Amino acid sequence: MTTHNLVRPRRYRPPAQLGGRTPLNGSFKRRATIVGFLAPALIILGAFVAWPMISALQLSFTDASGFGTPEFVGLDNYVRVFTDGEILQSMGNTALYAVLFTPTAIVVALLLALVINSPRLPFRGFFRSTLFLPFIVSLAVAAFAWSYLLDPQIGLLNYWLQAVGIRIGNVLQDPTLSMPTVVVVAVWKSFGFYMVIFLAGLQEIPTSLYEAAQLDGAGGWKRFTNVTFPMLSNTITFVVIVALIAALQAFDQIYVLTGGGPYRSTETIVMQIYQSGFKDLDLGFASALSYVLLIVTLLLSLLQFLFFGRRSKDINS
Amino acid sequence: MTVLARPRALPSSYASSRRHRGDPMRWVFFAAFLVVTFALMLPVIIIVLTAFKPASEVNAFPPTLFPHQWTLANFEAIFSELPFGRLILNSFGFAGGVTVFALVFDSLAAYALARLDFRGSRILLIVIIASLMIPFQATLIPIYQLVSQLGWVNTFAGLIAPRAADAFGIFFLRQFFVSLPRDLDNAARIDGASEWRVFRSIVLPNAVPALLTLGIFLFVNNWNDLLWPLVFTTDQNMGTITSGLTLLTGPGGIIPQGVMMAGALLALLPLAIMFLLVQRRFIESVASTGLK
Repeated sequence: MTTHNLVRPRRYRPPAQLGGRTPLNGSFKRRATIVGFLAPALIILGAFVAWPMISALQLSFTDASGFGTPEFVGLDNYVRVFTDGEILQSMGNTALYAVLFTPTAIVVALLLALVINSPRLPFRGFFRSTLFLPFIVSLAVAAFAWSYLLDPQIGLLNYWLQAVGIRIGNVLQDPTLSMPTVVVVAVWKSFGFYMVIFLAGLQEIPTSLYEAAQLDGAGGWKRFTNVTFPMLSNTITFVVIVALIAALQAFDQIYVLTGGGPYRSTETIVMQIYQSGFKDLDLGFASALSYVLLIVTLLLSLLQFLFFGRRSKDINS
Repeated sequence: MTVLARPRALPSSYASSRRHRGDPMRWVFFAAFLVVTFALMLPVIIIVLTAFKPASEVNAFPPTLFPHQWTLANFEAIFSELPFGRLILNSFGFAGGVTVFALVFDSLAAYALARLDFRGSRILLIVIIASLMIPFQATLIPIYQLVSQLGWVNTFAGLIAPRAADAFGIFFLRQFFVSLPRDLDNAARIDGASEWRVFRSIVLPNAVPALLTLGIFLFVNNWNDLLWPLVFTTDQNMGTITSGLTLLTGPGGIIPQGVMMAGALLALLPLAIMFLLVQRRFIESVASTGLK
């Protein structure tokens, strides 16, 4: 975000339109150009995102099960979503997961990016590439490696921690530790990606700003709060949105690591959607649940845009 | 970033700080961060080292980091248990196909949203951002119904077409295009260049780092995806390396952890090589042109 945005006029018009209204002879051609650029992506998104959403909305008002003719059941599925104890618990779990995951992933990624960006650190390229590596490991494989490391009998991590007097026991079977463990694995898997995005943002900040701050006598923390943080605000907005969406859709690592257990302590909304849609074939109910998740997610991101809106010129301009 | 690393007492300008190459604190800092990095990389290290361990050592107590006796038995086992070569080819076809199509379609749409000021472009952008929030599990049932009506189950078309464009890529590239200075493309437009020419000859060449970033992102995500190939391929010969690997741990698959780690290592290797080949350009060019 960039310095370019600061000097760019708020509302840009292409030169052809500067002289007044769109010239008539350019109008059709221009429209055709716009359609040409947009059509391929919009056709794909229409067929495989928009239409399935409509189809799923229809399903959510029926008792569809994949067999026989679905019957209209009104709001029954939605009433069930908000009265079923298991579903309410999985909503709480999803909120907990998002609250633990999003800030942890962002703080870890930002701290690592700040360290790697330091000119005092030798072999920065080595660290940068190495720390990105977890991002390219699949969640299934990452979950497998972690459960082997944390195994209470033969796990290396457990063995080393015991040697220094820390007993973590069987974390994946402990209802209070299972969710933090699942979050740790997810943070491990994704911090590399967020870190690279932060690094790019950090390297974009002109050194002259730091020099000016230093001449004014600003210390390390002041330079962070007055230069780094404001200059990174758009990057941070982007990462927060992406991380929050990832958190609310969490599924793979939980499916592989705990299957939702122990005692439903890691059962999330998407786990429930999978269970009711693909295991119980309760398609109507699964679709209603998907819609509730969708609406919650949309509301959250709307709040976020309002909160960050003033600074994120990209969306507003 | 100098912010965390540099204490206040150090020289007051950045140029002079570079003269402190021999600073001993530099190497303390380095050693401390090396320990942190090692701890963070432990799961990857354990995959690599366990893949070369004989079964007796994999389950031994006390556990060790390095194998006492290195063996390739786990790798031989995985090729005899699964059509592994075929699975690797399928993974390249699926992940590579999605990457190529999505890069082309996403960049076209992103250009329209960033540069062609048209009525409703902001609403379209908001709709696309909103569609980012849709968990794909929510639409999987109707997508599966559609793909199977088209007769595309167990084909590359069925695996690739639903992902040939994606909201994240459009949003990501649009943010990048918006940050590119408009002077060049305005100059070209005044010279009579068409939008297609501005896109191809000016915006795209300047967007290589963003395209590379998105391309790696798409390739890795699809290579690693589990649920998608499991749903759209019922024929084991159309599966990917990731879905094939789950057969090892799935029902009835009492497969030694060493063999699983060997498969995991092979699944990881192409991605690691690809990233190491382009990472320098990938990150450095991103930094020089800017990335949202």
